[in-house]
Amino acid sequence: MSALLEVSSLSKRFGGVQAVQSVSFQVRQGTVKALIGPNGAGKTTLFNLVSGVVHPDAGEVRYRGAAIQGRPTHQVAGLGISRTFQQIRLFSGMTALENVMVGRHPRSRAGFMAGLLHLPRTWEEERTIEAKAREALEFMGIADLAGAEATSLSYGQQRAVELARALAAEPELLLLDEPAAGLNMRETVELAKLVGRLKARGLTVLLVEHDMGLVMSVSDEVVVLSYGQKIADAPPRAVQRDPEVIRIYLGEEEPP
Amino acid sequence: MRSRWARVAAFLAVVALVQLGAAAAGKAFYLTQLTMAAYYTLVAVGLSVLMGYAGQISLGHAAFFAIGGYASGVLTTLDLGGRRAAPPVAVLEHLGLLALRPDPGGGELLGVHPWAAAAVALALAALVALAIGLPVLRLKGHYLAMATLGFGTIVSSVLIGTAALGAADGVSGVPPLPLLGGLAVGGGREARLVNYWLAWGLVALALLLLMNLVESRVGRALRAIHGAEDAAGSMGVDVARLKLATFVLSAVLAAAGGVLLTHYNAGIGPSEAGSLKSVRYVAIVAVGGMGSLWGTVATSAVLTFLSLRGVFGTFDDAVFGAVLVAVMLLSPEGILRLDALGALRALAARRGGGAVAP
Repeated sequence: MSALLEVSSLSKRFGGVQAVQSVSFQVRQGTVKALIGPNGAGKTTLFNLVSGVVHPDAGEVRYRGAAIQGRPTHQVAGLGISRTFQQIRLFSGMTALENVMVGRHPRSRAGFMAGLLHLPRTWEEERTIEAKAREALEFMGIADLAGAEATSLSYGQQRAVELARALAAEPELLLLDEPAAGLNMRETVELAKLVGRLKARGLTVLLVEHDMGLVMSVSDEVVVLSYGQKIADAPPRAVQRDPEVIRIYLGEEEPP
Repeated sequence: MRSRWARVAAFLAVVALVQLGAAAAGKAFYLTQLTMAAYYTLVAVGLSVLMGYAGQISLGHAAFFAIGGYASGVLTTLDLGGRRAAPPVAVLEHLGLLALRPDPGGGELLGVHPWAAAAVALALAALVALAIGLPVLRLKGHYLAMATLGFGTIVSSVLIGTAALGAADGVSGVPPLPLLGGLAVGGGREARLVNYWLAWGLVALALLLLMNLVESRVGRALRAIHGAEDAAGSMGVDVARLKLATFVLSAVLAAAGGVLLTHYNAGIGPSEAGSLKSVRYVAIVAVGGMGSLWGTVATSAVLTFLSLRGVFGTFDDAVFGAVLVAVMLLSPEGILRLDALGALRALAARRGGGAVAP
């Protein structure tokens, strides 16, 4: 199968810290890939490099064969790449439904003047936006929360709204930044099932995660990062047996 | 959409009540200041959307108002009569972009047609806003406030210091802006009632357009920017572009207010461009509640009317400054959030649907 996302020799330095050093990997279409590694290994930086939040010093990010590094986030989103955040970032002062409707932005086009004049051609689109947003809430099992102020919801519900928001754009590639953070065990099990359902729908998922149980159960492949470098890239079972990975996780000795 | 029309209808009903009230009290001359207040309100409602939705503050909206007013005033009071033979003037006259008006000293003067001048005025304001906003709004934070403060100061001193623009006296003798059916935006006692309705009708139109905007896909995106800027970007919202569009729109509305008031008053002076005027608009929006169009309209109508009636005396600017400080200390969300009904509904929903966690 072809690679939907291809990261090659990506490097990023923040001041004196080499956050990501010449990392390469591929995410094949329709698979789930996890990025793991100890704190400070560069996982989130790598994520931000892919989604356009930060731009690399060197290397390439290719999506469907086209180089996308250096593009602003809103353009990356427009290509069909959606994301969630490690720290939940819902839009305050808006309902859950409205939050998810914003997620539909890349798949709709009514502009400033069209909005100002309430042009008839925007009416149909507006209905589609709402229908798709409700569908996404439904998929996440939180349709009943549509009218609630998003930031007043419980933590787990906010995570669900954030995922619905990312799904409303009907992305091809979904980036999940520590989706299990702050979830209880039951919610984490639900999340694992959800990732399975997304994969069954044909979505490609790249996730950063600390919860090893989740990573090992949902991933097709796992990339292990340490100090900004890739030290393993293999299916979960192989990664679990990798002596270098074991050394880093169990800390047999201090790395140089 | 139906509720938008209903709200506009309710607004026009209030406009009618105010007019009847003034007539019943034998104070029909109040309509003059109320008409002027309407044009200042155009500035405030645009600024309200900029502050409440794009989350940006402009301290230069008086300058955009003045750009509109001066461009209209200067162009319509030109006398090109002596240069009719010159090709550019001849072409403009042929295109119908010039207009004759009576000379107070006898004869006729040839100036730019008020509508052509208004188009130039609005385009000029849009271009200036674009030039300021394009570099500044790519940055996060309140750089627009600083840039517009500097810009306003420049406009204000240029107007005071330029003899061709009337220096401290400003521009006078501006002809009315003709409308269909023999109506016109201009002074004169006999036209007072018509102009009152024209002015507040235009405010109603502006409100309808702005309500359309904030309830559209773009309006949702603007609120999202306000709620979490980087997340909005990651959802595909072009943050810089929307902020810029909102800023340009608010500048054009301010310039429209300037154009119309200049025709109504038959002139404009440099004090309209002063920084204190800009602060006044910010204060009005702050009292009304940022992003609350109705709160802004109510505050603007009342405070501007009182100010124009001279109620605040020599403390005019101080009153607006004090109001701004008081709002920031007591209720940064604005005092006059006229959404009492919505608040009640939300309360009822919370009582009813106990499932919604606090």
